[in-house]
Amino acid sequence: MKRKLLQPILAVALGLAVGLAITWVAGENPWHVLQILTKSAFGSGYDIGMTLFYTTPLIFTGLAVAVPFQAGLFNIGAEGQLTLGALAAASLGALLPGIPSPLAPLLACLAAFLAGSVWGAIPGWLRARRGSHEVINTIMLNFVAAGIASYVTLYLLKNPDSQNPETRPIGAGYLLHQFAVFGGAVVSAALPLAILVAFLVWILLRRTVIGYEMRAVGQSESAARAAGIDSGKMRIIAMTLAGGLAGLVGVGEVLGNAGKFRMGFSPEFGFIGIAVALLGRNQPAGVVASALLFGALHKGTADLDLETEHVTRDLSLILQALVILSVSAEGLWSWMKKRGEP
Amino acid sequence: MTGELIASTLRVSTPLIFAALGGMFSERSGVINIALEGMMLIGSFAAAVGTLVTHSPWLGSAWGMGGGLLLAAFYGLFVIRLRADQIVAGTAINMLAVGATPFLCKILYDVTGSTPAIPMGERFESAPLYLSWALVAGCYLWVRYTPTGLWVSFAGEHPEALDAAGIRVNRVRWMAVLVSGALAGMGGASLSIFLSSSFSRNMTAGRGFMALAALIFGKWKPLPTALACLLFGFADAVQIRLQGVSLWGGQPIPVQFIQILPYVVTILVLAGFVGRSRAPKALGTPFQKG
Repeated sequence: MKRKLLQPILAVALGLAVGLAITWVAGENPWHVLQILTKSAFGSGYDIGMTLFYTTPLIFTGLAVAVPFQAGLFNIGAEGQLTLGALAAASLGALLPGIPSPLAPLLACLAAFLAGSVWGAIPGWLRARRGSHEVINTIMLNFVAAGIASYVTLYLLKNPDSQNPETRPIGAGYLLHQFAVFGGAVVSAALPLAILVAFLVWILLRRTVIGYEMRAVGQSESAARAAGIDSGKMRIIAMTLAGGLAGLVGVGEVLGNAGKFRMGFSPEFGFIGIAVALLGRNQPAGVVASALLFGALHKGTADLDLETEHVTRDLSLILQALVILSVSAEGLWSWMKKRGEP
Repeated sequence: MTGELIASTLRVSTPLIFAALGGMFSERSGVINIALEGMMLIGSFAAAVGTLVTHSPWLGSAWGMGGGLLLAAFYGLFVIRLRADQIVAGTAINMLAVGATPFLCKILYDVTGSTPAIPMGERFESAPLYLSWALVAGCYLWVRYTPTGLWVSFAGEHPEALDAAGIRVNRVRWMAVLVSGALAGMGGASLSIFLSSSFSRNMTAGRGFMALAALIFGKWKPLPTALACLLFGFADAVQIRLQGVSLWGGQPIPVQFIQILPYVVTILVLAGFVGRSRAPKALGTPFQKG
């Protein structure tokens, strides 16, 4: 139990230390950079709100990576899945703007979940029934999703009142409640939804037969098969669910924030989700905690461009990469363990 | 019209060929290379900087290869030495490259967007194109007729057998990953100092992944891989040409469907709907002497 918590904390510390050392090489005072990061992530109500705003999609994409991981699959397709989820929610809202409030967001959530889950089910099915690797397929499907989104946005639902590549606005009945306490930062009902969904995923994984069978497949496919579990079916379910979870990113973005689909709205939430899941040890509670950390990192680095002379917000990508690398370096940890044991 | 299309197909396939052949080395040896994209990106940046410093595209491309090699060494450290998951580490390496290039660009040139333009006379006119096809021929011969070519294939198919023959598997994999990085770096270099006139933010824009797709489509063999690159390059050249062109009735042609074609084709091939593509047996499995 202790080591479970210790390793992620050490990995973050290591990644942060190397990252700050890099800023020192770039000619900045690392202490100053760290102060800016903290202040910009948590300094005011608005800053905290923005941190939470970035945390929300990361909970969804973190779960979208964590669930298949439990079943022994690696989903790098969350980016494509969330793109289609957001596109579906925005399309529904633009095509049927007249639906009234409690029904409209519910339908849009469903649309986002379904579109994402289709995009997850395809690589799940291909892996289970055709034996082709989900990693390559999800990478390819990310590009296909981007192409579809670009076609729909530019040709089918283009917003005539805007120069930007975005769809027509959705009906007013779709918009989610935004919390007012964050000084104008757009924290919507999508945040509690994300936490609720994380809890539901925990129940599914730990308290249901499907969750048990999924984890059994992830731990040992041959043992699961010997126990009579249909591993192919479990993999399809895991990827379908994962796609749906990623698709829910569209709820926060379209219904809670923009009110339309904007091309390129995601600063690669799908890929940051990999870091979130890994650091959270693929457990729902861990995912929520590490989503908050990466949300803070994303918001924190946003002000580096203005506040420092040599360091840019790109530091956030470097830090994410370093954290992922230090979590994933199995050899490093087993070496440390050996050292620690007399 | 046709001649122009052929010429532009050959030009835009050049970076793909370098990167895909690079990927071939590492994947044949058993190391998945999702990180091709990042190695290409670092290569395109280092080549632009190198050319601006040395005023020679040849030295510049050496810098590009060096950049790719350096990132590959970092990747190798994690996946070979520290036995990190190859896909996780590869994803991280890509993030690192996307973040590090504008970061360095800001330090060197005080802008994050792109490096200063490289003057016409200091860029390549056509050399990388010929070089890439010479490389295809070289790889073809290397895979078929040299002992090291065989070692690499064995490291990816039956690492235990190679080990039993007294060859160190991880050393072969190290070499393959480093070569892969250098070639991906050259692919990046041909983007920044051959096809365009500077490095710009995230300029590879998925070409590393497209190279990976070509490698799979080409069944991890040099000649079919190069032909797959040509095919994808052709799709790219066609969609560039059709952009903004209107059909009858003034409707612009939706080029998105041509853009996604290479990716759809790869999914179909991998699933065995069109031909069958089989990965090296030990691809993705770290080797540890038992």
